[in-house]
Amino acid sequence: MHKFLIRSFVSSLVLLFTLTVAAVAKDVKAAFVYIGPTGDHGWTYQHDVGRKAVEAAGFKTTYVEGVPESADAERVLRQLANSGHDVIFTTSFGYMNPTNKVAKEFPNVKFEHATGYKREHPNVSTYAARFYEGRTILGTIAGTMTKSNVIGYVASFPIPEVIRGINSFTLAAQKVNPNIKTKIVWAFTWYDPGKEAEAAKALIDQGADVIAQHTDSTAIVQMAEKAGVYAFGQASDMDKFAPKAVLTSVENNWGPYYVDRVKAVANGTWNQKDTWHGIGDGMVVISDLDSQMPADLRSKVKKLQADLASGKVHSFTGPIYDQKGNLMVAEGKTADDGMLAGMMTYVKGVEGDIPK
Amino acid sequence: MIIDINFIGLIIASIMASAVPLILASCGELITERSGVLNLGVEGMMIIGAISGFALMTVTGSLIIAIFGAMLAGVLISTIFAFLTQTLITNHVATGLALTIFGIGISAMIGKNFVGIPGKEFPVLFESLKETIPLLGPILFGHSIVFYFAFALPFITSYFLKKTKIGLIVRAVGDSPESASNQGINVRLVRYACILYGGAMSGLAGAYLSMIYTPQWIENMTGGRGWIALALVVFSTWNPIKILIGAMIFGGLTIIQFHMQAIGVRIPVQFLTALPYIVTIIVLVVISRDSRKIRLSTPSSLGKSFHKDN
Repeated sequence: MHKFLIRSFVSSLVLLFTLTVAAVAKDVKAAFVYIGPTGDHGWTYQHDVGRKAVEAAGFKTTYVEGVPESADAERVLRQLANSGHDVIFTTSFGYMNPTNKVAKEFPNVKFEHATGYKREHPNVSTYAARFYEGRTILGTIAGTMTKSNVIGYVASFPIPEVIRGINSFTLAAQKVNPNIKTKIVWAFTWYDPGKEAEAAKALIDQGADVIAQHTDSTAIVQMAEKAGVYAFGQASDMDKFAPKAVLTSVENNWGPYYVDRVKAVANGTWNQKDTWHGIGDGMVVISDLDSQMPADLRSKVKKLQADLASGKVHSFTGPIYDQKGNLMVAEGKTADDGMLAGMMTYVKGVEGDIPK
Repeated sequence: MIIDINFIGLIIASIMASAVPLILASCGELITERSGVLNLGVEGMMIIGAISGFALMTVTGSLIIAIFGAMLAGVLISTIFAFLTQTLITNHVATGLALTIFGIGISAMIGKNFVGIPGKEFPVLFESLKETIPLLGPILFGHSIVFYFAFALPFITSYFLKKTKIGLIVRAVGDSPESASNQGINVRLVRYACILYGGAMSGLAGAYLSMIYTPQWIENMTGGRGWIALALVVFSTWNPIKILIGAMIFGGLTIIQFHMQAIGVRIPVQFLTALPYIVTIIVLVVISRDSRKIRLSTPSSLGKSFHKDN
């Protein structure tokens, strides 16, 4: 009798264990680590929209917001990996080293790091979006719509991502209007509505009649609306914040990629990849074009969008010169991904120096 | 670069608009501090005001309800501070810091549903007069009612403290609560009132940010302005008129550095960004050399708890 009890107890434990394992294998759980609050209506907000798409596809998700890019990140990642998550998305550049470090400790958990380049272990993938393609479209619109020929650009920090955007924007604007001047103001913040609004106001007061931004809040488009100039939305469709000012927005659309990758984990088809998707793959989305734009400009933009998507047009097609007149990309060539990833020089036509 | 007179008017107008939340919060905190209470929770009260104003505007659609609601929210959250420091006699510094952390957290929680909603347009006064006078036109006209109130407030505050009986009582309580108490003044009541007033002004400052300056709600949108407002009170040596000057300097440095960038003046941006803080330190060093003058208006019981039974 005694033996029987023990045996049945052990067998039920085994059964319970198998059941649990089976249950875990069936329900893939995805975790997301965010640098900012989901309430920023910018970078983190768009990642969270992507997470909700994963949830809508029938998977369980968790997220941790406001995780600093320090030893804290490792602690959070370890905790997520330990608590039964199968795939973890780390959505900021600074998580690069923590992600690789923790990935080594958990070979069975998949890690997806946004905007980084280190894939030290087979369970680490990286992904990023070619936002500069969107900026080619914005530059084309800005160059056509400006009357003062002064275009304002509120930039955040001097990193390749931002420099690439300024270059791509300016090249496109100059192509349609060689007389334009791009005035750049560095706000040294990703996200401070007050400061961003002040930067935009300074540009408007100095004659800019189209404002582009590489910071996250909606303060700039609202300031443009107040001042009666044009602007472009960043990260999400900002049209409702400034219906008259916003001509279009470049949206970060992470959802399809996230759903894809989580599904791959569920099917067991996940493999290490480096993804850099643009307009063609739908990671960069151009919002509706405002009807204030003349019809021929709108159709031109539509065509440009299709050509960027198909690869017929590349944002960085030679000849491209830097500010000193040195050739960067030869005629008929396009900039390769290595050059794009490390771009830290302005192209000809951009005014001023990159702050050091 | 042609610098015409209207351009300078526009710059000054931008600087004044950026100074508004600082003036409001500083003038409120000044009254609180003149009564001997140090409330480090300005940032927390401001952010509560910002979310309350924005939420009420979105839900009720009424700007008046939203503005007064934001002030009321500032009053309510400062009541917690007043109860803790005046009734339970807790440490001012620790309680104030807790209030800031509490405010930032709870505003983020309430604010979850208000992210991504555009604000309403806030009416401005005398818009049509803007073009009539060169230079002064953009400075004087086309601003919201809160803007005009903010620029009147330092003068009202100064008059209140110097010329009215209640102002005298506030100062007496701040300088020597024991003597004031012996004169039959209810120290606790006066301090309660001053704390709640400070809360109302911080709430209004927050509402200005979320409803007028950048009409939207996002987390942490006050961006440290509450701390700058606190520094301004010290900077002003508890003199409301100097708050006006300090707020213009603080707001102005950011705006002028953006203008210099746009003109193409080659000054390291990092230096320009640090300039407001460097100026504060310089000013503090300069003014603190004259200790007699500082003592004249510094509330001598600032930050000290008052037990009536002692």
